[in-house]
Amino acid sequence: MAEIPNTVVDIADAVASKQVKAREVIDHYLARIEARDGEINAFNIVTADEARAQADAVDAAIAAGEKLGALAGVPIALKDNLCTRGVPTTCSSKILEGWKPPYDATVVSTLRGLGTISIGKTNLDEFAMGSSTENSAFGPTRNPLDTSRVPGGSSGGSAAAVAAGFAPVSLGSDTGGSIRQPAALCGVVGVKPTYGLVSRYGLVAFASSLDQIGPFATTVTDAAVITQAIAGYDPMDSTSIPKDVPDFRSAVSAGVSGMRIGRVTDLPEGAEPEVTQRLNEAFVAMEKAGATIVDVQLPSFSYALTAYYLIAPAEASSNLARYDGVRYGMRKQAPDVNAMYGVTRAEGFGDEVKRRIIIGTYALSAGYFDAYYGKALKVRRLIAQDFDRAYSQCDVIMMPTSPMVAFPFGDKVDDPMSMYLCDIYTIPTNLAGHAAVSVPFGTGAHGLPVGVQVLAPALGEVPMFKVAGALEAAQGGKR
Amino acid sequence: MSESLLPDGWELVVGLEVHVELDTKTKLFSGSPNRFGDEPNTNIDPVTLGLPGALPVLNKHAVELAMRIGLALNCTVQPCTFHRKNYFYPDMPKAYQISQYDQPLNVNGYLMLPGGVRIGVERAHLEEDTGKSTHIGGATGRIHGSDYSLIDFNRAGVPLVEIVSHPDIRTSEQARQYVSELRAILVAIGASDAKMEEGSMRCDANVSVHRIGEPFGTRCEIKNVNSIRSLGRAIEYEARRQYDIIESGGTIRQETRHWDDADGRTHTLRTKEDADDYRYFLEPDLVPLAPSAEWVNNVRNALPKLPAQRRAELSVITGADVEGEAVTVVVERGQDAYVAQVAQAGGDAAKTLIYVLQAFAEIGDQPTIPASDIAALTLMERDGKVTATQAKTILSEIVENGGGDPAAIAQAHGFEAMDYSAVEEMVDAAIAAQPDAWAKYCAGEEKAAGALVGAVMKASKGKADGKIVTALLQKRKG
Repeated sequence: MAEIPNTVVDIADAVASKQVKAREVIDHYLARIEARDGEINAFNIVTADEARAQADAVDAAIAAGEKLGALAGVPIALKDNLCTRGVPTTCSSKILEGWKPPYDATVVSTLRGLGTISIGKTNLDEFAMGSSTENSAFGPTRNPLDTSRVPGGSSGGSAAAVAAGFAPVSLGSDTGGSIRQPAALCGVVGVKPTYGLVSRYGLVAFASSLDQIGPFATTVTDAAVITQAIAGYDPMDSTSIPKDVPDFRSAVSAGVSGMRIGRVTDLPEGAEPEVTQRLNEAFVAMEKAGATIVDVQLPSFSYALTAYYLIAPAEASSNLARYDGVRYGMRKQAPDVNAMYGVTRAEGFGDEVKRRIIIGTYALSAGYFDAYYGKALKVRRLIAQDFDRAYSQCDVIMMPTSPMVAFPFGDKVDDPMSMYLCDIYTIPTNLAGHAAVSVPFGTGAHGLPVGVQVLAPALGEVPMFKVAGALEAAQGGKR
Repeated sequence: MSESLLPDGWELVVGLEVHVELDTKTKLFSGSPNRFGDEPNTNIDPVTLGLPGALPVLNKHAVELAMRIGLALNCTVQPCTFHRKNYFYPDMPKAYQISQYDQPLNVNGYLMLPGGVRIGVERAHLEEDTGKSTHIGGATGRIHGSDYSLIDFNRAGVPLVEIVSHPDIRTSEQARQYVSELRAILVAIGASDAKMEEGSMRCDANVSVHRIGEPFGTRCEIKNVNSIRSLGRAIEYEARRQYDIIESGGTIRQETRHWDDADGRTHTLRTKEDADDYRYFLEPDLVPLAPSAEWVNNVRNALPKLPAQRRAELSVITGADVEGEAVTVVVERGQDAYVAQVAQAGGDAAKTLIYVLQAFAEIGDQPTIPASDIAALTLMERDGKVTATQAKTILSEIVENGGGDPAAIAQAHGFEAMDYSAVEEMVDAAIAAQPDAWAKYCAGEEKAAGALVGAVMKASKGKADGKIVTALLQKRKG
């Protein structure tokens, strides 16, 4: 038996060219999960039987000479806020424990159509609210590189699954950094595509104007391939962009010669010194590779966190109102419907979710709307304008992904504000609806991975992947 | 409105909010069927149920119908946005309703009532309907005292247009006319079947009273009005209730009240303090809607003639009263075009209107009876070839058979109006045979004519035209 490859591209190749069987690939990854996920807890559910059956079907199709999807046989892990028909989708919340959607998210059916094989649903901060996966109702996920530390969040399970080698690729969702930050903390690539590039149909909504689905992978090429596969117009999502998707994969090796990369000179301070050092080295590497570094300013940047923590909870307070025990999910018995709402939601939601629902309801309430939510929307527009101005001088911007490397469990759970600060560099991209990727770039304190973030304007995935690819290449090619 | 609803110097002020279910094939934001009367919870899908991850997609035909309504009510159609109206209730799946808030699709229109009164229409916007709750076990069928409730989500997501009038209505009769005319318009433009009894048109009334010359009083919203007649009763009850409170020194509490048709009163449903803060914000799952000028013009140009114009035209060709029953009913039935056809075919328009009113109740808006048949019959009656009574018989036979040659039918029945001179002879014979009756009639007792007319009808075996007999008697009287 040939060695099982560990990238999307290589697995697809190997399966299609019959060097390995899809079943061998799946068994290989399932064995790794079996061996180590007890410790890591990346998965809420491993769908081993279904995965094996799908792999067998791929092998049968190959044997019969049938035409295959471009990604046939590639295992993938899915964040447990993506609806999967017939497979529990819990958002790591008690209130949806055991709930089986009657339908698939668009990205799920798209990937299945390409032949990928879902091996399970991964853990997250409850309803995608958090930066450490400590808010999961089913226990935290551990960082595979140091199991005393968090993997980041909210897509901690998906990041850890790829970092631990449980799958070559996984999907997460990013509302304020929930793909990029765990990618940085786990030492993998994580992409947040342009808002509207990837369909949100079937993604359980946290903040509708900010949420996007994106991949974790071990290589930039894999990330580009999967981003491309899930991108594209979906008539089931009214915010989906009705435009053709250019080729992302070829951008990865196109190089950065002649590109202008912005360095933000008025970035909020507070990053760990090693993080700043790695970023500086990244700029040097890009200059060496032929790019020009341009100083830019984003004056409203530091207001982004506050605006986000009004807008996102506001939308969440509305999106999570449907969890009322009436139609699906957990229902606690009570004498009348209002009491039933109260006790179901009190017991079904965790503390961080409740905190954000209360903040969000307050920000929208009569008498406070203008001062809080209304103001936040104005700040949002200022941030977008800042970016527009900056992008008139450069093609992409580079900055850290996370101000710190992976932190120990329990470090920030008692201080929500310090937890919120984890997302200080990732939030502005969501507010602007732009694209960004985190690329592993060296290590920081305790030898833990550091991520460098490449930001691009809306629909700027091509320049973004060019720089991401160059950053990867500068460290000695494929990892 | 009765003359004594409120004393002199007092005025009733009413604004109406009418919700109309649009006649689309599918729902406002999803592809499930928009159908009344199906097995509960069969016209549902992830979007309808507000399942996690579901997203709304706007139904284009609903927009088209909403624009038709706006344009038929003389509104301006403008670029618009959708908002979320947040509140908890079991029949509202997402715990928010997607509606329109400060930028609705249609604004600044009006509706003309018969008689020329103009009622302003502030807005007509799109929103989705909720599911339907049925409360089991209580005495009244309402939630109070019930053991449990059943929810049917077939109706959830059905497209609604909410039409809000300015508070320009001043009598309960005007309110009834407004709703009646609105309904006729909605049916004429194909936007809705607008049946209050099926819930495809729902009416809430905002009622206040004030002394003329003073500012408008505090208003109360009246809900649960299920027919046009109830609307009138509810408004009148509420006006008197508020007047009584004010006259005895009290103040009106701004609240929502429930009309109870059985006991003829309104009751407090919820006060302003209990009212929800809906926390409206722009719906992030939808993009703004800006119908192109071309689309708006196409919709405007494709509007059919509205009932008011059709009544006016029917009145002109038939000479009948534009606000009379005949014109109103025939236009309501959609049979005015047919009357015009018959007139075109040479028939007597006024008579045609009467025939259609009396005999076409079951026929629908596309009568297939050849216009020429009816035309011929009207002329036969007008020219005295058959009596009115005979014409009626011929007409019902034509209707039953879907057509027929009236002359042939008349002949088959042995109908013929009598010759005028023959009638004259009979009249003279009757006068001669009943001198007492004749004397009484000449002395001014109109009733005495009855015996004379009866004698002529008997002698003629019904072939004399009663109207002609009466006219002859008058002529003889001199």
